[in-house]
Amino acid sequence: MEKTALYNFHKNLGAKFVSFAGYEMPIQYKEGIVKEHISTRQSAGFFDVSHMGQFFVTDNKSSEQSLEKIIPLDFKEIKINQSKYSFLINDKGGVIDDLIITRVKGGFNIILNAACKDNDIKEISKCLNSESQYELRSDLSLIALQGPKSESILESIIKNVKQLKFMNGGYFEYKGEKIYITRSGYTGEDGFEISVPNTKVENFTKTLSEKGAKPIGLGARDTLRLEAGLCLYGHELNQDINPIQANLKWAISKRRREEGGFKGWEKIKDDLQNGVSKIRVGIKPLGKIIAREGTKIFSSSDEEIGIITSGTFGPSVQSPVAMGYVKNKFSKIDSKIILEIRGKKYDAVVSKLPFYKKNYVR
Amino acid sequence: MEEKKFSKNHEWIQMNNDETATVGITKHATEMLGDIVFVEVPEKGKNVEAKGQTAIVESTKAASDVYSPVSGEVLEGNQAIVNDPSKVNADPEGEGWFFKIKVKDKLQLNELMSKDDYEKFTKENPS
Repeated sequence: MEKTALYNFHKNLGAKFVSFAGYEMPIQYKEGIVKEHISTRQSAGFFDVSHMGQFFVTDNKSSEQSLEKIIPLDFKEIKINQSKYSFLINDKGGVIDDLIITRVKGGFNIILNAACKDNDIKEISKCLNSESQYELRSDLSLIALQGPKSESILESIIKNVKQLKFMNGGYFEYKGEKIYITRSGYTGEDGFEISVPNTKVENFTKTLSEKGAKPIGLGARDTLRLEAGLCLYGHELNQDINPIQANLKWAISKRRREEGGFKGWEKIKDDLQNGVSKIRVGIKPLGKIIAREGTKIFSSSDEEIGIITSGTFGPSVQSPVAMGYVKNKFSKIDSKIILEIRGKKYDAVVSKLPFYKKNYVR
Repeated sequence: MEEKKFSKNHEWIQMNNDETATVGITKHATEMLGDIVFVEVPEKGKNVEAKGQTAIVESTKAASDVYSPVSGEVLEGNQAIVNDPSKVNADPEGEGWFFKIKVKDKLQLNELMSKDDYEKFTKENPS
């Protein structure tokens, strides 16, 4: 089991740990998931996401072309310091991983999911030619600072971060080190992701804490992203689901949706032209019942039409929330559906996403 | 008032009089579960077996079964915790009770632990 550089710091804060993607990670701290969730929405919270892969690929003549084979973005339109959400795609159009890629001077930073990163690196390196160099930056930690007070807290530590716009990044100076910061996150709140050397991360995180940001575990990270309608790999996304089915068409650049030229294009083109058989939707159980992953979904005429991929209680919307896949013809907002939970049937509706409205600085 | 008895599944039971008892989950159980956001309690008249699944409690993390420590007939489920599940976290061994039961065989209580023994048990079995 691996530990991040902040393991002892979490322990001293009273974290409860779980094993996640081969890492011992805090699921919650003393205050618990609901309070951590609310603190993030109302003030600011920091998350240790150092288990995620920080992968760097050098830029040369061919690397953009190589990456375009496996990532359906228009690399020409990505400006320096701009971040994009996208995927690694397999031959069937399925999602190998979802990722954030940022163009920096001399190459690309790619943030990969912890559970996928080793395989991702194999897949990416297979596409690159011998001139391209790449490196998994295990010398760096990654801290997400999320919530409406993120800007003022971070600005008080690192000057000028407030000038960053959503999905943009830049180099800043912290304690004599050049560090990279993007304005991004996965909670539906304004926030930043700060890449700090392992040697400085405890000091940095302590400062965030002193300035009023609360420690937030993986438990609240999950309720926050679910309220924000964001996919979690291994739940809404996997190797057998393509981005069109996941309702993430927007994350494939326009030129790529027209021209293709990436793995799995035949399948994706077919789904773009002829529609998908199943699609990701938001689901709101009526009443208080929580529909967990694996819950079967039925139509009002008792036809089995899909399955829940994530479900919990949303502390900010004060109701149960879920996402899942249903047959396309049942995906209209406000469609009545039925969930089977522990052998009993419960009413639910297809809901628009996000459940909780985003608050990004554009 | 009778003393509470405790089960290995982290329920408590307290006799209210010679025949009926109140059942809930322990403070230790709520600490392990975290924030409770959903509760399902049994309906009046339901017959339950000792160690049989009787109620459901869900935290933000997961769903868990609540077992009846003794056999008997359910007299009442606590609607107050159905309406506000956070009451279970706030006062698990008081206002946050789950159901009342007409006890079939009081001898089953002898198989349960005293408060001291339960505390020892949770220290030896922390998760």
